[in-house]
Amino acid sequence: MLVQRKKKLWLILFLVASVSTAVGLLMYSLSQNINLFMSPTQFANGEVPVGQTVRAGGLVEPGSVYRDEEGLGMRFTVADGRAELVIHYEGMLPDLFREGQGIVALGQLREDGTFMASEVLAKHDENYMPPEIQDALDKAHNDGKEALKSARY
Amino acid sequence: MSMVPEYGQLALIISLFVAGLQFIVPAVGLRLKSEWIMAYARPLAIAQATFLIISLIILGYGFVHDDFSISYIANNSNTQLPYFFKISAIWGAHEGSLLLWIAMLGAWGMAVAMFSRSLPLEMIARVLSILGLVSVGFILFIVETSNPFARSLPNIPLEGADLNPLLQDFGLIIHPPMLYMGYVGLSVAFAFAMAALIEGRLDAAWARWTRPWTTAAWVFLTLGIALGSWWAYYELGWGGWWFWDPVENASLMPWLVATALMHSLAVTEKRGLFKSWTVLLAIFAFSLSLLGTFLVRSGVLTSVHAFASDPERGVFILGLLVFWVGGSLLVYAVKAHNVTSFGRYKWLSRETFILFNNLLLVVACLAVLLGTLYPLIIDFAGLGKISVGPSWFNTMFNPVVVLLAIVLPFGAMANWKSDEFARLAKANIIAITIALIIGLSASSMMAGEFNWQVVLGVTVGTWVIAGSLADMWKKSRGQLNRIPKLNRSYQGMILAHIGVGISIVGVVMVSHYSIEKAVRMSAGSEAVLGDYRFELVKFGHIEGPNYISDAAEVDIFKEDKHIKTLVPEKRRYNASGQVMTEAALQVNLWRDLYVSLGDKLPDGSWGVRLQVKPYMRWVWLGAIFMSLGGLLAIMDKRYRRKKAVVKATA
Repeated sequence: MLVQRKKKLWLILFLVASVSTAVGLLMYSLSQNINLFMSPTQFANGEVPVGQTVRAGGLVEPGSVYRDEEGLGMRFTVADGRAELVIHYEGMLPDLFREGQGIVALGQLREDGTFMASEVLAKHDENYMPPEIQDALDKAHNDGKEALKSARY
Repeated sequence: MSMVPEYGQLALIISLFVAGLQFIVPAVGLRLKSEWIMAYARPLAIAQATFLIISLIILGYGFVHDDFSISYIANNSNTQLPYFFKISAIWGAHEGSLLLWIAMLGAWGMAVAMFSRSLPLEMIARVLSILGLVSVGFILFIVETSNPFARSLPNIPLEGADLNPLLQDFGLIIHPPMLYMGYVGLSVAFAFAMAALIEGRLDAAWARWTRPWTTAAWVFLTLGIALGSWWAYYELGWGGWWFWDPVENASLMPWLVATALMHSLAVTEKRGLFKSWTVLLAIFAFSLSLLGTFLVRSGVLTSVHAFASDPERGVFILGLLVFWVGGSLLVYAVKAHNVTSFGRYKWLSRETFILFNNLLLVVACLAVLLGTLYPLIIDFAGLGKISVGPSWFNTMFNPVVVLLAIVLPFGAMANWKSDEFARLAKANIIAITIALIIGLSASSMMAGEFNWQVVLGVTVGTWVIAGSLADMWKKSRGQLNRIPKLNRSYQGMILAHIGVGISIVGVVMVSHYSIEKAVRMSAGSEAVLGDYRFELVKFGHIEGPNYISDAAEVDIFKEDKHIKTLVPEKRRYNASGQVMTEAALQVNLWRDLYVSLGDKLPDGSWGVRLQVKPYMRWVWLGAIFMSLGGLLAIMDKRYRRKKAVVKATA
């Protein structure tokens, strides 16, 4: 084989090897680094392990927002129509946080069944519903219908 | 009711036909080898751009005159809106921003038609024909799915819904046009590559024609991304400047590949190597800007299900994407075997370094691509709703950047064909020493605690700056007055590389040493953060043109010296009732002070976010350096040589 060709072959092999290693590593670390979205129903069913970082969300229950007397600590309840979840949070809320609005919070489930959020997100649009929450609401709604059906028969 | 909007629509439709002609006529000319037919390519490109710009101006006219009979204007403007925001509202939502997008596509074509007198007619006919076809697809898209001139008859609203308050800001007046110029500019590099591939002349002359266009697109893209980051930083109210959000990633990916393309074009021009790789990069860069358009414009990011239930727009762009990626790769597969690269180079040579640069940039792009598409794929497969957090992107991206920074000055300095390791090491011994000293002291200077990530980051960032300066010092033989005499593209390269170093240092410092505090403050209370004392003097109200805001007056002291009084606001926009945080900043080269208001609490106090962000400005300053470097490189004399010279060297 010509020296030129041999060099080219090695180069190509090197490229293929490094790209496939890179993709492999990327995929592996991706699977370790994702945050799942969990609905209040899933929390209620015990599907969420304590201490794992997940995203929780739902509609903020009207009248459920309690603030601490001092500091910026607070708690509020989110619901998806079937179940409720109490979220604790300390810090600044996004502009669009309000009762009845769909929000997503990043944090961990605690032993006492409440959720400790490190970050609360509400998208920047009055009418916007985070897709996860729409999905959760739809599911809870459908499950409710199913339950009703099975109760009838 | 005026007829003016109909003229806008008409101009748009005429531009569609002109674009069609721009595709067909030069192609026919090429087939018949008829120069006079090919010569129509230039006037057609100019005409296409003119009609698109007329259409854009008419939409702007509608905004300025509050013509709410046009749905798009009724949804995105308001009589109270200041006139400069009425102008920027043209690209404030989907339809108008697409119109701007295609108008810029037309404008790039016009620029190619006007500023490429030295190019052979065949080449220009091919390039403009391809650009014409790109235009046809996008104008069809806007006419079919996203007409900005659609009327809301017969019930014309008396008042508009107002522009999204987030977009009522200077940063948003200029960010989208810059970004689009970059996105769309990559189609020129693509058209050049395809034309050369079809013609079978991927030579040094082709690379020389393509380089200034690619660099120009890259300059716009760089500025566009930096402006977007700057805007998000002060406008979203919590001081984040990069989120690894899919929309940001959509602009970063073409930037990474365009950066690789610029470097690989240098090898193709100077050494006649990497030809087919360069063509592939041009195809990828263009494909990624189409992918970005798809991600941002199809609604697929909000929800794949929303996309599936109203798929018209998404499917159209997906069709364009498949057509262009598939079509260009097909042409590549058929034609690439004709492409031969001659010339040898040793392992240690500038060619190898640029190969490394390309490899690393492509890997970085791949990582961003995977992280961006992964949640969509999982969602699409019905496996759940997930999100890929910033920490993943940082873990993937940062090591690549460190590697890039390490090889960068060596590559810029190495000789073509072959070089000696000893020479490169010896030439850089001072730069490396300086970088190590600054890197090691950066960590101890800020917090005292040793932090290897800071040391590594600042060392490589400083190394890029010092290594570039060292090379310029050497090239100018230690005489400052020789620096202006170095050729422009060299000066540009050095400036841009220094910019990379500045940005790296900025990113590392601000990521590790930002401090923030969310506190509850009432009038007269104070809070201490780092070396600064924040004193809340009083609360008040401000009445703006189309909003009313709650505002706070915050005095900032450092060692009892008054620095500045900041007035952060919480605005409520009259038309939409939407609430917006308006942060207040005091900045200098070494740190930003950032104050923003949270919620009003029942007892009349407010949640207040205080931040000190060291070296924040460096992140964007670096981007400005990179853009200026690109501009200098475009101004290099050799791109303006007359036709005869180009032919002689080709």
